[in-house]
Amino acid sequence: MSALKPKHQRLVLVVVAMVALIAAALLATWALRNQASYFYVPSDIAADPPPPGQAIRLGGMVEEGSFRTRADGVTIDFVVGDGEARVPVTFSGIVPDLFVEGSGVVAEGSMRGDGTFVATNLLAKHDETYMPRELEDMDAAARREVVAETE
Amino acid sequence: MIAEFGLAALWLAAALAGLQLLGGFAGLRPGGERLAALVRPAAVLQALLCALAFVALLWLFARTDLSVALVAKNSHSMKPLIFKLSGAWGNHEGSMLLWVSVMALAGGLIALIERRLPERTMLATLGAQAFVGLGFYAFLLVSSNPFERLPQPPAEGLGLNPLLQDIGLAMHPPTLYFGYVGLSVAFSFAVGALLTRQVTPEFAKVMRPWILGAWIFLTLGITAGSYWAYYELGWGGWWFWDPVENASLMPWLAATALLHSASVLAARDALRTWTILLGVVAFSMSMVGTFLVRSGILTSVHAFAVDPERGAFILALLAIYIGGALVLFTLRAGTIAEGERFAMLSREGALVVNNVALSAILGIVLLGTLYPLLTEAFDVRVSVGPPYFNPVGAIFFLPMLVVLAIGPLLRWRRDSFERVQKPVVAIAVVALAVLAGVHFIAGVALLPLLGMALAAAVAVGSVMPLAGRSLRRLPLAVWGMVIAHFGVAVALFGMAADTAFQQERLVAARVGETITDGPWTITLAAVEPVAGPNWTALEARLEASYKGGEVQLARPQARSFWTPPQETSEVALLTRWNGQLYAALGGEAEGERWQLRLWWKPFVTWIWYGGILIGLGGLLALIGRVASDLRRRSARAQIAVRRGEVAA
Repeated sequence: MSALKPKHQRLVLVVVAMVALIAAALLATWALRNQASYFYVPSDIAADPPPPGQAIRLGGMVEEGSFRTRADGVTIDFVVGDGEARVPVTFSGIVPDLFVEGSGVVAEGSMRGDGTFVATNLLAKHDETYMPRELEDMDAAARREVVAETE
Repeated sequence: MIAEFGLAALWLAAALAGLQLLGGFAGLRPGGERLAALVRPAAVLQALLCALAFVALLWLFARTDLSVALVAKNSHSMKPLIFKLSGAWGNHEGSMLLWVSVMALAGGLIALIERRLPERTMLATLGAQAFVGLGFYAFLLVSSNPFERLPQPPAEGLGLNPLLQDIGLAMHPPTLYFGYVGLSVAFSFAVGALLTRQVTPEFAKVMRPWILGAWIFLTLGITAGSYWAYYELGWGGWWFWDPVENASLMPWLAATALLHSASVLAARDALRTWTILLGVVAFSMSMVGTFLVRSGILTSVHAFAVDPERGAFILALLAIYIGGALVLFTLRAGTIAEGERFAMLSREGALVVNNVALSAILGIVLLGTLYPLLTEAFDVRVSVGPPYFNPVGAIFFLPMLVVLAIGPLLRWRRDSFERVQKPVVAIAVVALAVLAGVHFIAGVALLPLLGMALAAAVAVGSVMPLAGRSLRRLPLAVWGMVIAHFGVAVALFGMAADTAFQQERLVAARVGETITDGPWTITLAAVEPVAGPNWTALEARLEASYKGGEVQLARPQARSFWTPPQETSEVALLTRWNGQLYAALGGEAEGERWQLRLWWKPFVTWIWYGGILIGLGGLLALIGRVASDLRRRSARAQIAVRRGEVAA
């Protein structure tokens, strides 16, 4: 170990550091491609459904009249739509305060084999300055609806 | 009047920063002595003016002067005084003023007390500090004036976001800013040393207290921020890999690496260029962090500020400072002579591994944080979370922990396997015993399992440097290292144990119903309305008992604030030495039931105890270093006096 030629020490250290950093960068790039969770709207899912179990984010409007609470009192079912397609969603947990029918929502979770989206987390517009970034890109009509709902 | 006075003080301070910059660089050339003599007074005066401007802003907030736009937008006459004051920096403009003020105070302090470095290096350093400062003055005065007046003062302020009405959160941004700004000092020292090519152990010793100070603030800031997210968001998690969290983690990673490489430079005169590079990177990460948070470019659960125009301004500052410093580094790095050599099996070798691993983790966090921005340029929207950060980060973090357990036992310069064989075997045995024990008794997932084993290894390894030494005569800096490393073990154990053993219950319960969650039995005794100064709430009364013991009361609330209207969930925590019961109240469900989310989180508090220990270790090291500097200084002064007597 200590037999390194002292003349080359700086070079060796630079090479070691470079190799480690490049390895980290390659690893990161590879992992990002596989582990990043992509954002879908219902029509994306209708056109090209993601494989069941893969972590994704689903954004859209909670359809009027679609909200149901199951008998256990903590599991809810609702439908997210974007005007073109609809995706049924199920979620167990405490619903964010500003989650209401006709309002925008981003759900984190994955698709089940039967075409239901199982949400692990719901992000609603939860204070007056925060809006899930994806909702900012919704078409004007949908946005007006969100704004009208929450103002 | 007060607002105009504050604004005038700020403009004067900016002008002085310009003078300080000119003087600093004049001092690098022959014949610039007269301008150079102004540098130190300019730095001190600038610090005083900035402090005055900040006090003026505090004053405006304390009096709720609604003719000032910032006060009208962020304050309310009915708010408690402490939150009026914290409102001064709980917004974009005020926080930038705080940043500039702290930076000016740091510059003034260096100008006043620092005499160890060659004068030319000091001038270059203070010039660089002024150069960085000027960018932020421009930002503040041009696009974020905190003292702007309203032509028509409103009758009442718009209040402060109720999520921000929390004493912990009020202190959180300043804590991080002290850390960021401390790193700006390290940055200025690095640039100063590059300009004069004076990279010496003395330079590292001068820089070290600033790195340590910044690092302590960042450590405590991140620890506090994690605890805030834990109890305020009501999601039961303590780290979300949210961009705002990453924004504080990245400077911390760089500062941790810098702290260790500066130690090598101070003790052994090795890793000269690397330390300089880290000095540049650490502050760059602080600015990247500020950019991410302040520009609103990344929307996240914590994002309170959204303003792309300001983002463009900060982006320009980033390009100038980071780009400029890196260009300077590239030009000068080759001309800095190589430092002392060392064998790979040595304290230096271990610290090199620590530095490389920390840099790799920094790169991984940076890529993961910026990736959603990159893909958005191609209209692909993604979010990056724990499935990426946890395993990829662990690939570098786990080996680093192994080296952390063993490194402090190694000698400087050169060591042998034979000498460290016994303690290393002992550490390995402890780690393997924990690994096997946890695996066979509980059967947990791989990462938390390795985490617990390595926590045990680091805990044992961290206290071993105490063996065979007189504890009373041990330098404070060594105590600091031991305590900080032990803190890493404590925090790591908390993270691993909580991940592996937490138990969650999600129920809709009637009043009188009893729920079990792990070792706890919890009865929902009542749900009642309660009221506070600016909110009303529903409060659940939970009677909880740990393993059938004494009944404790937990009162989670669902709160509604009215200025501005907003709902928050106030969780209730029951703390034991071995963990916390975490209870959140949801809404009403059919059949007069109430949604309750309960977690038993074993050893979760150890995460923050560990963070505090790490910070405490840093503090001891800082006190030790500063005290020994002062001793040396007074000894030198005495020698000088004696020489004077002899000469007389």
